[in-house]
Amino acid sequence: MNALDTDVLVIGGGSTGAGVAWDSALRGLHVTLVDRQDFATGTSGRFHGLLHSGGRYAVKDPGSARECAAENRILRQVAADCLEDTGGLFVSTPEDDLEYADRFLAAARAAGMEIEEVPVGVALRDEPRLNPKIRRAFRVQDGSIDSWKMISALLRGAQAHGAKVLPYHKVVKVIRQGDRVEGAVMEDQRTGEEVRVNAGCVVNAAGAWSGQVAQLAGCEVGVRPGKGVMVAINHRLARAVLNRCHLPSDGDIIVPVRTVSVIGTTDHPVADPDDTECSPEEVHQMIEAGELLVPGFKESRALRVWSGSRPLLPKTEGAAGAGDREVSRSHTVLDHGARDGLEGLVTIAGGKFTTLRLMAEDTVDVVVRKLGRGAECRTRTEVLPGSESHHFYWIGNRQQEAESDPPDDPLICECELVSQHDLDTVVARRPNWRLDDIRRALRVGMGPCQGGFCAFRVAGMLHQEGRYGRAEANSALREFVQERWKGVKVISWGAQARQTRLDRWIFEGVYDLEHLPE
Amino acid sequence: MTELAWGAEAWSEVRASLDRCIKCTVCETACPVAAVTELFPGPKTVGPQAERFRTGGQSPDLSVDYCSGCGICSRVCPQDVRIAELNSRARSELKRERGAPLRDQLVARPGLLGRAGRPVAPLFNWAMANSLIRWAGERTIGIHRKAPVPRSTTRTFSYWVGHHVGTRSARRVVYFHGCSTQWYEPHVGQKVTAILEHNGYQVVIPKQDCCGLPLQSNGLFPAARKAVTRLARQLVPDGTSDLPVIASSTSCGLMLKREAREILGADSPELRSVSQRTYDIFEFLLELHQRGELRTDFKPVPLTVAYHAPCQQQNQLIGKPALEILRLIPGLRLVELDRSCCGIAGTYGVKREKYEIAMRVGEPLFADIQAEGPDLVACDSETCRWQISAATGATSVHPLEILHRAYGGS
Ligand SMILES: Cc1cc2nc3c(=O)[nH]c(=O)nc-3n(C[C@H](O)[C@H](O)[C@H](O)COP(=O)(O)OP(=O)(O)OC[C@H]3O[C@@H](n4cnc5c(N)ncnc54)[C@H](O)[C@@H]3O)c2cc1C
Ligand code: SF4
Ligand code: SF4
Ligand code: SF4
Repeated sequence: MNALDTDVLVIGGGSTGAGVAWDSALRGLHVTLVDRQDFATGTSGRFHGLLHSGGRYAVKDPGSARECAAENRILRQVAADCLEDTGGLFVSTPEDDLEYADRFLAAARAAGMEIEEVPVGVALRDEPRLNPKIRRAFRVQDGSIDSWKMISALLRGAQAHGAKVLPYHKVVKVIRQGDRVEGAVMEDQRTGEEVRVNAGCVVNAAGAWSGQVAQLAGCEVGVRPGKGVMVAINHRLARAVLNRCHLPSDGDIIVPVRTVSVIGTTDHPVADPDDTECSPEEVHQMIEAGELLVPGFKESRALRVWSGSRPLLPKTEGAAGAGDREVSRSHTVLDHGARDGLEGLVTIAGGKFTTLRLMAEDTVDVVVRKLGRGAECRTRTEVLPGSESHHFYWIGNRQQEAESDPPDDPLICECELVSQHDLDTVVARRPNWRLDDIRRALRVGMGPCQGGFCAFRVAGMLHQEGRYGRAEANSALREFVQERWKGVKVISWGAQARQTRLDRWIFEGVYDLEHLPE
Repeated sequence: MTELAWGAEAWSEVRASLDRCIKCTVCETACPVAAVTELFPGPKTVGPQAERFRTGGQSPDLSVDYCSGCGICSRVCPQDVRIAELNSRARSELKRERGAPLRDQLVARPGLLGRAGRPVAPLFNWAMANSLIRWAGERTIGIHRKAPVPRSTTRTFSYWVGHHVGTRSARRVVYFHGCSTQWYEPHVGQKVTAILEHNGYQVVIPKQDCCGLPLQSNGLFPAARKAVTRLARQLVPDGTSDLPVIASSTSCGLMLKREAREILGADSPELRSVSQRTYDIFEFLLELHQRGELRTDFKPVPLTVAYHAPCQQQNQLIGKPALEILRLIPGLRLVELDRSCCGIAGTYGVKREKYEIAMRVGEPLFADIQAEGPDLVACDSETCRWQISAATGATSVHPLEILHRAYGGS
């Protein structure tokens, strides 16, 4: 078995784990980050995409609102390339209590949010598709987050400071020496090989799975996975994030992310965080809810449905695990030494994507204290790779770049404007790409045709370049297409049903996908 | 095609139509511009695809400016995606952001050019024919030196109207003649009037300004919106609010019928009313004929005429009524030129950077004309006629002129 030594082993490559890796690396610690799958495939790759202004929590959870408002400001400074500055609106629809709007405004100001009431006419001019019956509107600093960009920037930053990252390495065993955790054993999900990592401290950042990981170490962490469903609509129905101004409920936010609008979400307790089924009822509920913010929403083309699991911690955990720094209610750092008498293990749980930096800071503060070394946190001011120019990501970037592509660099994915050169650059970065990894890295197959026109091109090209054998290319294609269809089967009506039909004709009629040789 | 809402909502509907695209690529194979230049990536790409990357306020793509606006894509799309309309809007955003070049402002106001040219028409025509001056024009304002440019007349159509004693009749129509008749081809207007009067109509010709189409196709939407609503008001003089409005310029007729609503998002009570009552002249005559009311006292016209149905006429979705009427004329050998576009697409082909593209687009049409060697080419659109004549040397006329001759006119 291969063995590695590291200061900090981080389990889980979502926003939290990637944030912890970046923070520790900046403090001069050696970090190893592992994930059982590719990075950003857990909740962080399946979330709503909102850079919270804090407005959602202003009335109900002022602590979280304050944190979001502050972290939002910091991320805009250090991670502009991973964010789009869409702005946001909170609007009182005819079904929302106007009195809540007053409370909301006062609470938002108290939480330090930048907020401004705008005349309804102005809001409607800016957002022509917005429900004309809204009665009040507030402009806030919402934005959208590109999870892949953010996590990959964090990883690149950490790697530049010596971090090691291991995707597809699942922790199968936590190594304990009496009352001490000394590392973990990972199984490479692609080769079956095992790797041992000896660590000064292990950080459990496995999100909704952190209960499972803690169990491997022999302790209980009471995370309760809370499933939320989201539906992506083919194009942007609004420029800004649209929020209903009321006490948070289901389906009350529409976020413009990249080229799509995403409506969400719900919150149902589930036993297993890997339960990602979305029922037609849940989809229906989202689509109906969208109608209240954007009339005609129902007629828009739904592209894809997915769900993610919140890593919710019962309030009791927060009180038990807090270190000497006051930890907010939205996330909790569990020092298992203080909590369970088990040294060398720290669990970070709860929180949001928006507060990933703060979560990492709180966690690594505890780690540094345990290791007895490591510098002060630097993530407040250290700019992430790619964000040096402080330009926000903009929806038109890809289109603009595609304009200057040379004519001999053909588009492979027409919907998401991915060229052959883009593909070559990405696959050269590391061996063993799966089609689904390429999708995340380049957004191939994420557009309206959901892979109908690009999946076979990519599989064919990887085969041609000798990266895939014949059987491998065939099964990769089949797997990819099946995965995409999973996301569209519950929304197959209208335009998307027509698209699915055409895609099926291509894959079944032209390629006979079901019977390709193994 | 489905009918769109009036006013600002039309744009929401056009934009929402991108959802219907299934990437089938039918439009790409039909676009005449994409077929001849790599500068234009094609309707699917600049239309429903690129639109997903646009938000108001900042245009990511310049290539949409190479769309000629011929509208063929919208017509062939099996899913009713309003591609050409999406492109028009995107072009207008582009011009709004970057400011339209002086040339766009100039070709977009034919009245201005025509008015400027008129008192000194012979001099103007000489200047336009003079290659040195045209070359200077290309340099300074970007109108290609070989591009077809109309010849100004010394007498406008409204001057003729002022001296014309029309017939009186209980059956009346309003005539919308458009700028080219007013400034460049008053004889077309005279013949339209004569034909309608011959069929027993009293022709009401109100004072009228430009429909705004050239402003629209150069992306100057607010000015175009103003122009078309003003025109609609002018076309409803007292006591005419239920009369058919007859257009002899296909593109201007299309403006009233569809584009004011579908591209500009314009709206006014007069516009709604006029839009519903607007007929292409041949569409109107064909309806008369179908009711048995068209006079068919035709004299033989022993000529070979090649007929080209311009894009703007095709976009009215009325078939090719001129073809059906001309077929009634004895002695006439009529050849249907079954090509999509001559390339000019309004003012597209006169621009320096588009001239070559437009000529290549028209190439198949020009080749057919040259192979056929007709006595005349007939085409309902003035800019197309100018383009065809400039490219092939053939004499081109409005099909009306042939009908007029069959009725015994000269
Ligand atoms: C529906 C929904 C919508 C949301 N929307 C927003 C929003 O709009 N804005 C916002 O700020 N926040 C949002 N959140 C919250 C936010 O997405 C999460 O808090 C955040 O992404 C959690 O990140 P994480 O890194 O803690 O967990 P994850 O991203 O789930 O990462 C945990 C990782 O651990 C890995 N792992 C599990 N077991 C093992 C093992 N044995 N070995 C190795 N690796 C393992 C998993 O593969 C996974 O990648 C949303 C949450 C949900 C559920
Ligand atoms: S013809 Fe219509 S549906 Fe087909 S690719 Fe073009 S826009 Fe899309
Ligand atoms: S309007 Fe004409 S030129 Fe423009 S994309 Fe459509 S077919 Fe092509
Ligand atoms: S398109 Fe012609 S020209 Fe028609 S009225 Fe309008 S300009 Fe004026």
